[in-house]
Amino acid sequence: MEAWLLVAQLATLVLVLAVIHRPLGDYLAWTFTSAKDFRVERGLYRVVGVDPDSEQSWGAYLRGVLAFSLIGVLFVYALQRLQAVLPYSLGFPAVPEGLSFNTAASFVANTNWQSYSPDVTLGYTVQIAGLAVQNFVSAGVGLAVAIALVRGFARRNTGTIGNFWVDLTRATLRILLPLAVVSAVVLIAGGVIQNFNGFTDVTTLTGGSATVPGGPVASQEAIKMLGNNGGGFYNTNSAHPFENPTPWTNLFEIVLMLAIPFSLPRTFGKMVGDTRQGYAILAAMGVLFVASLAALTAFEIGGAGTGPQLAGGAMEGKEQRFGIAASTLFATTSTITSTGAVNSMHDSFTSLGGMMTLFNMMLGEIAPGGIGAGLYGILIIAVITVFIAGLLVGRTPEYLGKKLGPREIKLASLYILATPTLVLVGTALSFAIPPIREDVESTSIWNPGLHGFTEVLYAFTSAANNNGSAFAGLTANTPWFNTALGLAMLFGRFIPIVLVLALAGSLAAQGKVPVTAGTLPTHRPQFVGLLVGVIVIVVALTYFPVLALGPLAEGLQ
Amino acid sequence: MASTRGFARPYWVALRYMIVATVVLGIAYPVAVLGIGQLALPAQANGSIVTVDGEPAGSSLIGQSFTDADGEALPQWFQSRPSAAGYDASASVASNYGPENPDFIAEIEARKAAIAASDGVDPADIPVDALTTSGSGLDPHISPAYANEQVARVADARGIPVARVQTLVDSFTQGRDLGFFGEPTVNVLQLNVALSQLEG
Repeated sequence: MEAWLLVAQLATLVLVLAVIHRPLGDYLAWTFTSAKDFRVERGLYRVVGVDPDSEQSWGAYLRGVLAFSLIGVLFVYALQRLQAVLPYSLGFPAVPEGLSFNTAASFVANTNWQSYSPDVTLGYTVQIAGLAVQNFVSAGVGLAVAIALVRGFARRNTGTIGNFWVDLTRATLRILLPLAVVSAVVLIAGGVIQNFNGFTDVTTLTGGSATVPGGPVASQEAIKMLGNNGGGFYNTNSAHPFENPTPWTNLFEIVLMLAIPFSLPRTFGKMVGDTRQGYAILAAMGVLFVASLAALTAFEIGGAGTGPQLAGGAMEGKEQRFGIAASTLFATTSTITSTGAVNSMHDSFTSLGGMMTLFNMMLGEIAPGGIGAGLYGILIIAVITVFIAGLLVGRTPEYLGKKLGPREIKLASLYILATPTLVLVGTALSFAIPPIREDVESTSIWNPGLHGFTEVLYAFTSAANNNGSAFAGLTANTPWFNTALGLAMLFGRFIPIVLVLALAGSLAAQGKVPVTAGTLPTHRPQFVGLLVGVIVIVVALTYFPVLALGPLAEGLQ
Repeated sequence: MASTRGFARPYWVALRYMIVATVVLGIAYPVAVLGIGQLALPAQANGSIVTVDGEPAGSSLIGQSFTDADGEALPQWFQSRPSAAGYDASASVASNYGPENPDFIAEIEARKAAIAASDGVDPADIPVDALTTSGSGLDPHISPAYANEQVARVADARGIPVARVQTLVDSFTQGRDLGFFGEPTVNVLQLNVALSQLEG
């Protein structure tokens, strides 16, 4: 029964995405290639002091990204520290230093890891003026960087890859803001609240009392999904009925998470002048998405494990209105993009089901991945794939008319090493340093045994890949996790961005080599198969040992 | 001097940009959505409040517990799912129990025994949603199976015919959205409000 439901829901989702990806992908391409600035954009450029017509080298582009992100961290940090004096703080005090740092890093890095419990920590002002602003602009940064890389492939013999401030502005004003307004209203129609009412106490039927929380939730929820941010207005995120009230809002939120990431390959194809190249990338993303979804759903329907068997199914941590199929579809979408929102608790999934959500993040979030980050992530793997294929058959590696020399391959290799290093070193240090280990085991870990290890592995995987979901039993509001995960999020975001922009610069500087009989075609099913193979092999080789220590061991015992 | 300015320049731009972004995205955007929501969809925007005799009794989207002051289930009301948050909507939380956690297993055992005793049913027939906590701790729904399982107990505690209570449950049973999204549900608060208005 659940399998049938999943197929029907997936078919609907595919249909919706098939309809929107083309106009949206084309609109994105137009957004970043049109020569005309809107009047409101020109006004903004004047106010902030940017010349929209000046193009930037990759170094200047990068300095813009880093400066903007640093200022963003300082803003979010300051707002939290000043919470006590801000309006609509709901009486909550200033957020402590360590937690403020972690949260600021988290939202600027498009991660939305939440060491805090929003219900009891944050008032409305920090949520809307601090966090939601980053939900927009951190997504805009991801999109801008992806577009810069695409320009690297599309351009020839030039020292520039675009203008960061223009890309950021267009991503925000032409794409994210209008879509967010419409989506927020749709969510309100479904029951998501939008008010500044605070907590209202009511008398219940039994004569007891109950609380109805308030909040500007719909505006937050729309951009949280659309920008692949994922930070919940409430502690229980999209499982909370005020964030995700019905099965249809659940599907709508899934569509929001996937709309831009699945449209970007079209944008890419359009901008490099060959849409078939985009569809090859899209096909690889689609294959991985469906395979992962099928596996997670099968594990949850199977309901293995002592607890689920005793209860009669894997419903712990799942909402009745969603059941299993709508929960696994959401969980796969959220972890295979960089969203990290949850409508069911991953910590309570079956052992192997929980492993699938981990695996999705370990893929590097490229199927389709986060907004922008997914596209640049998979293009990096495509570069590696072309290189490996070239080695196998003795051809000079070329991708989209660009020669992949030592510099390009080094940058791509460093990219795919960066996040696994953060994940594995972070996890290892949590258990290798005696006082930290003691704190992790006594304070942070919630579930005993192998599952507790998986909670820590999940935290670092989520942080370094900028996902933000959690095995939420873990108490992460400790000095160790606030610091280590905060750094993992920042490095996991900005090291790849440095490498991507460097690659963009080096590609843009090249000419275009003509296609010959010796060129590997990168738009055919053969290349899609190779690409999927390389992704799976790289991830499996990197992470198999650590998965064997946690979820695999638990699931197979 | 020129090089210092060159180095500092992106930071000045970024600072001014963040101020504009905060005003537009952090204030104007949520306030605009607030305006649209409050004007066009006020019932939803304010939390889908359920009223009894003109007084608010909760939100149809936020689950409640139907227990006495000591947390004991009141047999005359349909019971919600177990909740890690105790249905305290000021602090939503899930159990986050892993599938092998001994505490989780013990809690399922205890719930099985309690429901079997209170409802007079075979422990093997208790629906899964009656034994597990939800993701939000505020799940407003139970499965039709769990609602049906409680009919006899509620009717007995209220001294009204089983058939009347069953009719009520049937009328509050919602199918899947479009036939295949999510699961069939019964909204516990709405069912109990209707139950309280049945003429004895």
